[in-house]
Amino acid sequence: MSTTTTDLQDEIDALGKSHDNHHHGPEKGVMRWIKTTNHKDIGTLYLWFAFIMLLTGGAMAMVIRAELFQPGLQLVEPQFFNQMTTLHGLIMVFGAIMPAFVGLANWQIPLMIGAKDMALPRMNNWSFWILPFAGAMLLSTLFMKGGGPAFGWTFYAPLSTTFAPDSTDFFIFAIHMLGFSSIMGAINVIATILNMRAPGMKLMDMPLFVWTWLITAFLLIAAMPVLAGAVTMMLTDRNFGTSFFDAAGGGDPVMFQHIFWFFGHPEVYIMILPAFGVVSQIIPTFARKPLFGYSSMVYATASIALLSFVVWAHHMFLTGMPVAGQMYFMYATIMISVPTGVKVFNWVTTMWRGSLSFETPMLWAVAFVILFTIGGFSGLMLGIAPADIQYHDTYFVVAHFHYVLVTGALFSIIAAVFYWLPKWCGRMYNQKLAKIHFWWAVISVNILFFPQHFLGLAGMPRRIPDYSLQFADFNMISSIGGFVFGASFLLLTYIIVDCIRNGERVKEPRVWPSAKGLEWTIPTPAPYHTFDKPPGKELILAESSHTGAH
Amino acid sequence: MLGIRISPFLSAKNTSLFNIVNSINNKYLNIIKYFLIPLLLSPQFLFAEYAINLPKGVTSVSRNIYGLHMTIFWVCVAIAILVFGVMIWSMIFHRKSRGAVASNFHESTAVELVWTLVPLAILIAIAFPATRVLIDLENTEKADMTVKITGYQWKWQYDYMDEGISFFSNLAQSSKDAIDNADNRNKLDHYLKEVDKRLVLPVGKRIRFLMTSNDVIHSWWVRDLGVKQDANPGFINDAWAKIDKPGVYRGQCAELCGKDHGFMPIVVEALPEADYQTWVGKQKAAQKAREAASGKQWSKQDLMAQGQKIYSSTCASCHGVTGQGIPGVFPAMVGSKIATGDLKKHINIVLNGKSGTAMQAFGKQLGDADLAAVITYERNAFGNNTGDVVQPSTIKSAR
Repeated sequence: MSTTTTDLQDEIDALGKSHDNHHHGPEKGVMRWIKTTNHKDIGTLYLWFAFIMLLTGGAMAMVIRAELFQPGLQLVEPQFFNQMTTLHGLIMVFGAIMPAFVGLANWQIPLMIGAKDMALPRMNNWSFWILPFAGAMLLSTLFMKGGGPAFGWTFYAPLSTTFAPDSTDFFIFAIHMLGFSSIMGAINVIATILNMRAPGMKLMDMPLFVWTWLITAFLLIAAMPVLAGAVTMMLTDRNFGTSFFDAAGGGDPVMFQHIFWFFGHPEVYIMILPAFGVVSQIIPTFARKPLFGYSSMVYATASIALLSFVVWAHHMFLTGMPVAGQMYFMYATIMISVPTGVKVFNWVTTMWRGSLSFETPMLWAVAFVILFTIGGFSGLMLGIAPADIQYHDTYFVVAHFHYVLVTGALFSIIAAVFYWLPKWCGRMYNQKLAKIHFWWAVISVNILFFPQHFLGLAGMPRRIPDYSLQFADFNMISSIGGFVFGASFLLLTYIIVDCIRNGERVKEPRVWPSAKGLEWTIPTPAPYHTFDKPPGKELILAESSHTGAH
Repeated sequence: MLGIRISPFLSAKNTSLFNIVNSINNKYLNIIKYFLIPLLLSPQFLFAEYAINLPKGVTSVSRNIYGLHMTIFWVCVAIAILVFGVMIWSMIFHRKSRGAVASNFHESTAVELVWTLVPLAILIAIAFPATRVLIDLENTEKADMTVKITGYQWKWQYDYMDEGISFFSNLAQSSKDAIDNADNRNKLDHYLKEVDKRLVLPVGKRIRFLMTSNDVIHSWWVRDLGVKQDANPGFINDAWAKIDKPGVYRGQCAELCGKDHGFMPIVVEALPEADYQTWVGKQKAAQKAREAASGKQWSKQDLMAQGQKIYSSTCASCHGVTGQGIPGVFPAMVGSKIATGDLKKHINIVLNGKSGTAMQAFGKQLGDADLAAVITYERNAFGNNTGDVVQPSTIKSAR
């Protein structure tokens, strides 16, 4: 037993040394970032882009919450308010959450499967560098005549076709470019995972983060072209005289919703499956216990992904669907709570009789499990077709999807950054400050979103700039929560920048002593080039987080 | 003690809001009062009608939905107690700092099966009542009367198919005046939830609603009736309600429909059958009077006065109160080529709208006299001094 450990240690040392001998470091200056094909550089670019977009979309949320602070119109005109809700949604979905997960994938997948880099490094560069241009084009619509898109992030026709401002064509082009980027990113992830795993690593040896991303990448490839189809039909309806969505020409506006949600529902799982992966890495580390039910986690993720393609019309119960259609979509939708429940039960059982400690990443992961589950409950309620009559398009829905996207997806991204950042930059953040930030954010986010359940049940529709007075109190509470939550991101920015510039140096490869996984076998900070020589079979098995080797 | 629990939420006047705004000292107290105390006393709040939960409503459908809602809610609460209970237990008792030593178990097919099958059974149990309610609420047959509801940017049109009554329902002027004025807001009982003309319906009758739209997608929603249904342009959807109790029930548009989506309320006034018939009679008489008005000659002064009224209720939301429009979205009236140019073109666009834009065909919406008045007003207000006077007879012949 002891000899094996020594051998492994030798191998780890060898991996660390190999990069010093025969590899050049990164290029100097700005060209390093423009020309880079290094998965770590590209991961960093993605993460910073996502962070800037997060702050931009967050600033728009602040405008929304400020206008809703009291009844009456105080700060913005209704048309501008609609532009804010639209761009807030689009930027958070396509600019913040999705690129952040791709950034994490770029950094972590090669490190976790013992690969040198991503399989298609030049395409990797391209798929990132499309994003700033798409994002800039989307934002530039705000300054055009007639203003930016004001029809909600779901852009239902005909409000987004016949009745939309001219800038809508720029919005369409931006969506096309974002779609290209996502598809290329997804192809790269699949090619990397299927071809570049260290020899001897079977699919069922892969860490869950890699598994969830593999499945997510397939969802992306299947869903994004559908979105591209939807915006292309919009484009021809607007400019070339077609009438896909216009009843006067034989089209149907409800068809737009079918196409949109055929993309849109898989999209919500695109944003949450990698989050499941992140949490499945963090909880075992700080419970000091292998993940419970690894294979059932994999199967649950796959079934969620499959089900996500057959439930889209639960967003459309009120469009006049036949009653049989409503029944089918109701049954299929509530079925999703079974595999999702399995995941939650597995995380809870992983914690059960562990040896728990609550470092910053664990705090975020635990908050994720609790708050995402609350979002899951409201999701189950929304899935019941007759009850949806009263919930649909109200603040109950707003509360629901912010619980799954903010306290779900975003929290998992923050957890991931606090988990892997020390490995990336070789410095530890101020843990005390990070814990203060956690409590600040987790309390304020609930003050922000929990009252929105009440607002929705009390009858407040979403996407309105002004409301009747019975909604005043909860809106004010929600806005206060929003401002406090928004401010917490300034502290987060400080913590991260402070860590990268002045953080205490970390040398141990295994930053968290109880962590398992190949990424913890390379030196800290992660060298520019890693795994020139793939790790051996024994190391792979020893680092596998689910074999019981803990 | 519990006096505070609902009244601030129920009271439309809502004085607390302004205390919060006006003084920082009170802000603290109010957060405690409205957030912490409700949290502590949440069961009370859950059942406080209209406050933070769905209303039971006044139709069998709305009551069924309420029952379903509470069932799923308690199922979720039970699961939450179980799952979060186990989590919190391990977070307290299985901490490393307490000397907990980690076990190594990580698999159990039996356990996995149990927590797949038990939730499945719960879901099936929920699906049965949900299906029953769904089938009932989708069955719009055997209606006693039919009302067609048409969504417009940003108002509702109601057609009583059996009586031949038809009218538009706009946001009440009192609410419009309060959007930028907090004092006016405070005086109102139903800010943004009042209309100039209510949808009057009889109680005890099975009413079928047909929903459609003239422009974008709207959604007609009155919670107490348990009705929310999208109004799609070019298609007709339906829903039904049988109102049990006379009263006033309020709702609003629930699908983003453009700039003034937040400003298209719905007010249903349910009357006993006899009172409803009286109302129907009055409506028919009023319709006759309007037809008579279009036969007479109007003075320019009267046309301008009436025109201003129609303009502010019908045109101002897009073209602006002072005729400035919204650049790039809605054209201005001031110096407009149409409003200062050929009169025939002006009448034509108002009557028939402009396809492919938000400009509606007002010929269907307004009588000859109102159309004549508003066109006269547009040609002589905002500095458009064309001097043209349009008589109802001109409109009649242009139709």
